[in-house]
Amino acid sequence: MGIASEALKNFKGFNLKNLPEVEPVSPGHRACQGCGEVLALRQAMKAIGTNVVVCSATGCMEIITSPFPQTAWRVPWIHVAFENAAAVASGVEAAYKAMNRKGIINQPDTVFVGYGGDGATADIGMQALSGALERGHNFIYMCFDNEAYMNTGIQRSSSTPYGAGTTTSPPGKKSIGQSTWKKNMSAIAVAHGVPYVATASPAYPIDLMNKAKKAAMVPGPAYLHIYSPCPTGWRCGIEDGIEVAKLAVQSKVFPLYEVIDGVYYLSRKVAKPKPVAEYFKPQRRFRHLTEAEVAKIQARVDQEYEALLKLCEVGAKEKEKEKQTEASEK
Amino acid sequence: MSKHVGMEVSIAAAEAVGLCDVDVVAAYPITPQTHIVEHLSEMVADGHLDAEFVPVESEHSAMSCCIGSSAAGARTFTSTCSQGYALMSELCYIAASLRLPIVMAVANRALSAPISIWNDHADLMYARDTGWIQLIGEFGQEVVDLMPIAFRIAEDKRVLLPVQVNLDGFTLSHVIEPFLMPDKDEVKKFLPPFKPQLRLDPANPVTFGPVGMPDVYTEARKAQDEALKNSKPVIQEIFDEWGKQFGRKYKLIETYKSEDADTIIVTMGSIAQTAMTAIDHLRSQGKKVGLVRFRVFRPFPAKELFDAIKGAKNLVLLDRVSAFAGGEISAPVALEIKSVLYDRKHYPKVGNFLVGLGGRDVTVQNFEEMVERIAAAKDGELGAYEFINVRE
Repeated sequence: MGIASEALKNFKGFNLKNLPEVEPVSPGHRACQGCGEVLALRQAMKAIGTNVVVCSATGCMEIITSPFPQTAWRVPWIHVAFENAAAVASGVEAAYKAMNRKGIINQPDTVFVGYGGDGATADIGMQALSGALERGHNFIYMCFDNEAYMNTGIQRSSSTPYGAGTTTSPPGKKSIGQSTWKKNMSAIAVAHGVPYVATASPAYPIDLMNKAKKAAMVPGPAYLHIYSPCPTGWRCGIEDGIEVAKLAVQSKVFPLYEVIDGVYYLSRKVAKPKPVAEYFKPQRRFRHLTEAEVAKIQARVDQEYEALLKLCEVGAKEKEKEKQTEASEK
Repeated sequence: MSKHVGMEVSIAAAEAVGLCDVDVVAAYPITPQTHIVEHLSEMVADGHLDAEFVPVESEHSAMSCCIGSSAAGARTFTSTCSQGYALMSELCYIAASLRLPIVMAVANRALSAPISIWNDHADLMYARDTGWIQLIGEFGQEVVDLMPIAFRIAEDKRVLLPVQVNLDGFTLSHVIEPFLMPDKDEVKKFLPPFKPQLRLDPANPVTFGPVGMPDVYTEARKAQDEALKNSKPVIQEIFDEWGKQFGRKYKLIETYKSEDADTIIVTMGSIAQTAMTAIDHLRSQGKKVGLVRFRVFRPFPAKELFDAIKGAKNLVLLDRVSAFAGGEISAPVALEIKSVLYDRKHYPKVGNFLVGLGGRDVTVQNFEEMVERIAAAKDGELGAYEFINVRE
């Protein structure tokens, strides 16, 4: 049994009756109306709890929670720069490790979190993240992916989906918008051989919170890639963010899965997938796309989902086997 | 009891860091800093030093990791130089502004291009406006002593600023010298355990590094400026305490035969030793030449410097970095000294000489040339600066 499976053996998930009451990220922050990212951050932090040190990259979740002399953080929190949240978290973790061992402090169960947006994670902070994952620090890294540099005014990142219009990938006579396919950060995290990787969405809060809790329980690095709807940047209604997030999962655009000790498990099988066009419809960032382009994207989404299902076959078989053993034991 | 030992200065510097009982070392290799961090990682591997050695993937992450570690309350050390310093410099500003008592050894090396692994002060000068305290060693024992002194200054509640200990790459870092190595208990007496006033602690949550809107930014900057200003007397006080305990007395500004000198050479780092040899030679010919050297470059000890140079008619001001300002103003060290002179309405003859760039030797003859050059120069003949020992 791998180290993550071992640590999660007795995992008990959340349900609507046992949701934690703590709010490490307090209300009264300065996020835009309808912000799905701060909702995802709130859900994750509720699950992780208060025995935590949080290291933030520069970005929306940094500026909206920390305008001096106010702070939305009820847990210790540090912001240093844009590209180094993972490196800062590795320093905090190393400090706690040394000080606990030397008897300077007695706080062996503290959880360490680094987080950033997709730009801070997949672009400018990728090296620092890769280093921290490779070194095996016991920390959680969360990427809140709103698919562009929203804090600076909706510029494209390597996590912006193909075809999306942003202020630096504008559609025009000679441009369809973003001309490259979205970088697969979760696969990159998996390639580091870390014990736990998962994708999550605030439209499925119990699933998100369970994954955050598991990430905290697993020794070593854990990576969470969290879909973070941004009505301001995606040009959808402020009341539509969660609906769009649901459609992203239902259309197979953003599948929910876990990778435990390198084995993929699908969290939510999409039995009757909705067409990508339906996901695009409420978002004006995609409205310039022609039917042909949408079809091209649909083909790519289908192909990537099939590949993911293939990856999940091993995990599905293992789970099936477990069920059979349990049944025969009964 | 201190012990007599002979070893490479880098190794001795690492041993001295070990005596400070550091908790975390995060570092990335760069020549000529490598021996310092190699030896620290060896000490950790052998169990001689109970610390976390974090082998980060870049200098940028080295300083990021140090910031996280220091903010969590751990005594934290790193070392770098040159391009490594340039890469981490973004974070160096932040470390100072977050008031984190990190100590960093810089094995001074030239900046690219052309790439040069050899010694000059490009990184030292690059770092001067980042808000760090800058100490500069001339010889091995001084570098060793400056390590515990640096932590003591950094962690003093009246200071709380990061400290650089500069040592010339190769010409100092890689030479073998005799040392009086203090023992751990002695150093512990001088440097008590680090007790941060604020740390990243779930039992007492604080927010580090918030957004500073225009209504608070200036005040934050002024507070930091005050801290660096106020550190000057504290640094001398800590030097004095070290002197009392270990018998080696240090000042912000060091002098050699400067009291009655007509001509004073002003410099810092290991070339001061060559300068002293030149001065002895010139004195034997009856020329009244002396030396003034910076041990502390930030905070800039203007009063102490002025007191040391005010008697001289001629000042030989050395810069070990290119000026790149267009040729009509001096290089950084001379510029700063000139501003000290201007503020005090004192106008000796000043020559600014660029020497020892990218590992070029600075010889006794070079010093004698500079002294002769300034003595012979007519008013207005010396420009903003001159290159010494350069092929035209």
